[in-house]
Amino acid sequence: MNKLNITYNKKDFQSATSLKWCPGCGDYSIYNAVINAFTKLNIARENFLIVSGIGCSSRFPYYCETYGFHTIHGRAPTIAMGAKLTNPDLSIWIVTGDGDSLSIGGNHFIHILRKNPDIKILLFNNEIYGLTKGQFSPTSQKGLKTKTSPLGSIEKPLNIWALAVAINATFIARAVATDTKHMQKIIIDAGNHVGICVIEILTNCIIFNDDAFYPFESKSIRNDNIIFLMDGEPLIYGKNNNKGLVLKDMNLAVIDIKDENKKDVLRHSTNATAHTLHFLLANLVYPAFPLPVGILKKINVRTFEQIVMDQEKYQEEHAKIKNIHDLITSGDTWEVK
Amino acid sequence: MIKKLGLKNIVIRFAGDSGDGMQLTGERLAKLSAIMGNDVLTLADFPAEIRAPAGSLGGVSGYQLSISATQIYTTGDEVDILVAMNPAALKTNIKLVKKSGVVIVNSAAFVKKNYIKAGYKENPLNNKYLASYRTMSIDISKLVREALKKLPLSTKEKERCKNFFSLGIVCWLLNRNINTTVEWIQKKFFKKKLIAEANHTALHAGIKYCEANELFNTSFSIKEINKTTVLKGLYSYINGNTATAWGLICAAQKAQRRLFLGSYPITPATNILQELALYKNLKVIAYQAEDEIAGIGTSLGASFAGALAATSTSGPGIALKSEFINLAVMTELPLVIIDVQRGGPSTGLPTKTEQSDLLQVLWGRNGESPIVVIAAKTPSDCFYCAYEAARIACKYMTPVVLLTDGYLANGSESWRIPDIDNLLPMEINNVVKGDDNFQPYKRFSQTLSRPWIVPGIKHMEHRIGGLEKNENGDVSSNGENHHQMCYLRLQKIKNVAQEIPFPDFYGKEKGDLLLISWGSSFGSVRQATSNLIKIGVSVSHCHITYINPFFAGLNDLFSGFKTLLIVENNLGQLVVKIRAEFSVHTVSLCEVRGRPIIVDKIMQKAKNILNTTYKGK
Repeated sequence: MNKLNITYNKKDFQSATSLKWCPGCGDYSIYNAVINAFTKLNIARENFLIVSGIGCSSRFPYYCETYGFHTIHGRAPTIAMGAKLTNPDLSIWIVTGDGDSLSIGGNHFIHILRKNPDIKILLFNNEIYGLTKGQFSPTSQKGLKTKTSPLGSIEKPLNIWALAVAINATFIARAVATDTKHMQKIIIDAGNHVGICVIEILTNCIIFNDDAFYPFESKSIRNDNIIFLMDGEPLIYGKNNNKGLVLKDMNLAVIDIKDENKKDVLRHSTNATAHTLHFLLANLVYPAFPLPVGILKKINVRTFEQIVMDQEKYQEEHAKIKNIHDLITSGDTWEVK
Repeated sequence: MIKKLGLKNIVIRFAGDSGDGMQLTGERLAKLSAIMGNDVLTLADFPAEIRAPAGSLGGVSGYQLSISATQIYTTGDEVDILVAMNPAALKTNIKLVKKSGVVIVNSAAFVKKNYIKAGYKENPLNNKYLASYRTMSIDISKLVREALKKLPLSTKEKERCKNFFSLGIVCWLLNRNINTTVEWIQKKFFKKKLIAEANHTALHAGIKYCEANELFNTSFSIKEINKTTVLKGLYSYINGNTATAWGLICAAQKAQRRLFLGSYPITPATNILQELALYKNLKVIAYQAEDEIAGIGTSLGASFAGALAATSTSGPGIALKSEFINLAVMTELPLVIIDVQRGGPSTGLPTKTEQSDLLQVLWGRNGESPIVVIAAKTPSDCFYCAYEAARIACKYMTPVVLLTDGYLANGSESWRIPDIDNLLPMEINNVVKGDDNFQPYKRFSQTLSRPWIVPGIKHMEHRIGGLEKNENGDVSSNGENHHQMCYLRLQKIKNVAQEIPFPDFYGKEKGDLLLISWGSSFGSVRQATSNLIKIGVSVSHCHITYINPFFAGLNDLFSGFKTLLIVENNLGQLVVKIRAEFSVHTVSLCEVRGRPIIVDKIMQKAKNILNTTYKGK
C-alpha cells in the first residue's frame, strides 16, 4: 500500500455528533481506541466505511467522521459484503453487539466468517440487551437474572471464539475494553490483516449487567484471571508469570511453573494449521482457567472479493460475449427485411 | 392424397414426464416457427418436483405454444394438438384439448402399470375415452429404437431421443422447416457428436414415419405473418427472466456502473440470478446470498457503494425482504426489487403463475413507505421494464419494485432487438467532488431526489441509516420534522408520475365498458378486446404498467367509460388501489387457477356486463 501523504490525528475521525452512551459505559473506551487506531492505519479517511446493525454499540458510525451506515438489526454483514464487492478499496468495519450479530444476525455472522471478505468485525459483547433495557442475550451467563429471566437464564451462552474457530475465520481475537492499550494494538493488527477479522471486545454495561467482567478488568486481580496470547510466546500468566498451560490427557491444564516442568508449557502459534489447540483455548472456562485475550488465530488466504475479481478477469479473457451488443444478439436470431 | 389446410392459428401442447424433454421440444418448435415468420407465444408448465416418480400425475411437465399468422397475445384457451408421452400426461392434459382436436400418444407407455398409476381403470387407448378426438396412437419408443439401431448407444440413451421423434411428427403435421433445428442440434451437442446424430436421426425418422404411413389425411400450414405489420430488424426469441436480466445489464452499462444482483434461489425467479452469473466480464456481480434478507442487504450495500443494484425473488422472498426495502426507502438509495410472482400464500403453488403480490409490495411494510411499482406485460416487455425500473430508481433515488410472474418468466416470445442507444438515458445524481458544505439529503427541486454520494470521495464523509433524519441528514426524533419528511418522501414518489407515458390503450376513448389489465393479464385482455371489437361489441382496453404512482391522466381516461372491468390473476388487488384513488364503477374478473384467465371468459364477462347493465342500447 502506498504511504499516505497525510497524517491524521484523533480529531479528524470525530464527527460533530456528541456521544450518547450512558456515563461509565465501556463503549467510550472502545470508541477512543478505534479512532486512535484509524489514525495509524495508513488509510485515507474517505476510504473508511463503518457499518452497524441495531443496539447500543451500533450507534457507533454516527460518532465517526467516516462514511457510515446504521442499518437494521443483525444485517450489517450483508450491507458490508455488498459494499466490499462493489468497491474492494474500502476499509470496512462492522460494529455490532452480542444480540445483533449472534441472535438475530446469527446466520449472516456465520456466512461472512465463512466467505472471508476483507472486513473487520468489532463485536461489543456486554452479555446483555442494553438498548431494549435489560434482557438476557445469547452470551449471557447461565443463571443471569434479567427482566425476561427473572429466575435466572436457563440458556448456555454462545462461545464466539469456538464458533469462529469452527468456521475457520482468518483472524480471531479478544480484548477487554478497559485495557485500552492492548485493545488498540489488536485493532491495528486487525486493520492490517487482509481477510475477515472477528474481535470480541468485552465491554461493561453499567446499567443492566454491571461488573460482568470484573475479574478481567480489575487491575488488582486481572493478571491472575487473564492469559495474554502472543504469537510464538509460551502460554503463561499470573501476577508473577508463574502459571502455565500444558496438555494433559487431551485437555489443557494449569500448572505452577517450576524448572522441571517449564519445558511442558505450550507455545502459542496464531497461524497453526490444525484447529485443535485453538479450539481448546477457545473453550477455556473461567474460573477454572484464565480467560485468553489477544490474537488467537491469524492466517492468510485469498479473500472473497479477490477471488471474485480473479474470476472476472478470467472471464474478460475467455468470454465470447464481450459487450452489450454481443449479449442481446446472442440468441438464435433472424432478420425481418 | 393428403390435404393441406391453411390455418390462421394453431395451439400445440407437449406433455410428458419431467425428464422427457418436453420443454426443449416445445421450445424448438417455437423458435423454428418464429424464424419461419409466425407470431409465437409459449407457456411452460412445470411440476414442482424436479423428477417426480416416472409416470405419476404430479410429474407431468407441459409446454404449450400458439403459432399464428397474425399477431397474438395469448397461448390460446384450447389446444388443437396434444402430444402425450404417457397416460399421466394424457390424463392431466386431455381436458384442455378441443373436441375433434388431434391427440398423439406414445402407445408404448400405455401399459397396465402406467395407466393404473394415472388413475385409469382400463387402457384409455382401447375404449371410447378418446372417441371425440382424432387420436394417433404411435409406438414412438419402438420406432425410435429401430431408427437408431445402428448407433452404438444404450437402449436408455436411444429412448431419450423420443422427444425429437415426436417433434418430427408435429413438424410434418404443421409443414415446418426443420433446418434451423438441425443446426441447433449440431451446435448444442457439439461435444457429443453421437447424441447429436441420434437426435437428428430421430427427428427425421418422425417426419419419414408420417410420410410413409399416411397417418393423417390432413396436414396444416400457418402462413407467415403479414410482413407489412412487422417492424424490420433483427429478432430473437426470449423468455421473461432472461429479458429481465438483460434489461438490468443494459441499464448498468448505460449508467456506467457495476451491476450487482444479490439473490437467493427461489422458483420461479432463480433464472435471473443464473443468467447474470454468466456475465462477470460485463461488470456484473451475481451474488448468491445466504438467505433472502442477505440478498437484498448485499444489494443495498452495493448501491451505497455505487453499483446499480438489484435483488430478485418471488412472493415469500419479498415478505422476508420487507424490512430492508424500508431501509432503502429511508436512506433513499436506488434499488431494483424484482418479484417474479407465483401462487401464494405461503409456499403456495411455486411453479404456477399468479398476480397476488401487488398489495404486498405496495403496502406490506411498517410505517409510511411509498415506493414505485411497475409491472411487465409480456416476456420481452420484462427487458424494457427492468431497464425502466433501474432508470427511475437512479433518477429518484428510491427502491422500485418490478412485478413479473411465473407465466412471463418461463414464457417466450419473439423480440425485436432494440438499439440500445435509443433507450431513455440513465440520469444519475452523481457527486464526484468534495465539498465541505454538502448535505447528503439536499434535494433537487424537480424530482425531490437526493445526490448519490459514494464512499471514497474526499470531504464527503457522511452517515446514513434507518433512523429518521432532518433535511441536513442529522438524526432527528422530532415529531414535526418526521411529519414533514414523510410527506417529502411521498411527494418524491408522486413526482415519478412526470415520467409516465400514455398507457397502452386499445379501442375508442369513450364508451360503456373499459377493460383494465396489469402485468401478464395483458395478453388475455388484449385478445378478448380484439375479438369483441371484431364481432361488433364496442369495448376498449387500457393496460397499466405503472401501478404506483399511476399515470396522471388516468382519471380523465376512466371518466370516458361507465364501467371498468378489471381482470387480474388474484382475488381483486389492483381494483383496491383504483377504487381508493378514483370514483369509478368497477367490476372484477378474478381467478387464481395457476394460469392466465382464458380469453373466452373475459369475452363472456364483458358481454354479460353490457347486456345486463346497458340493455336496450
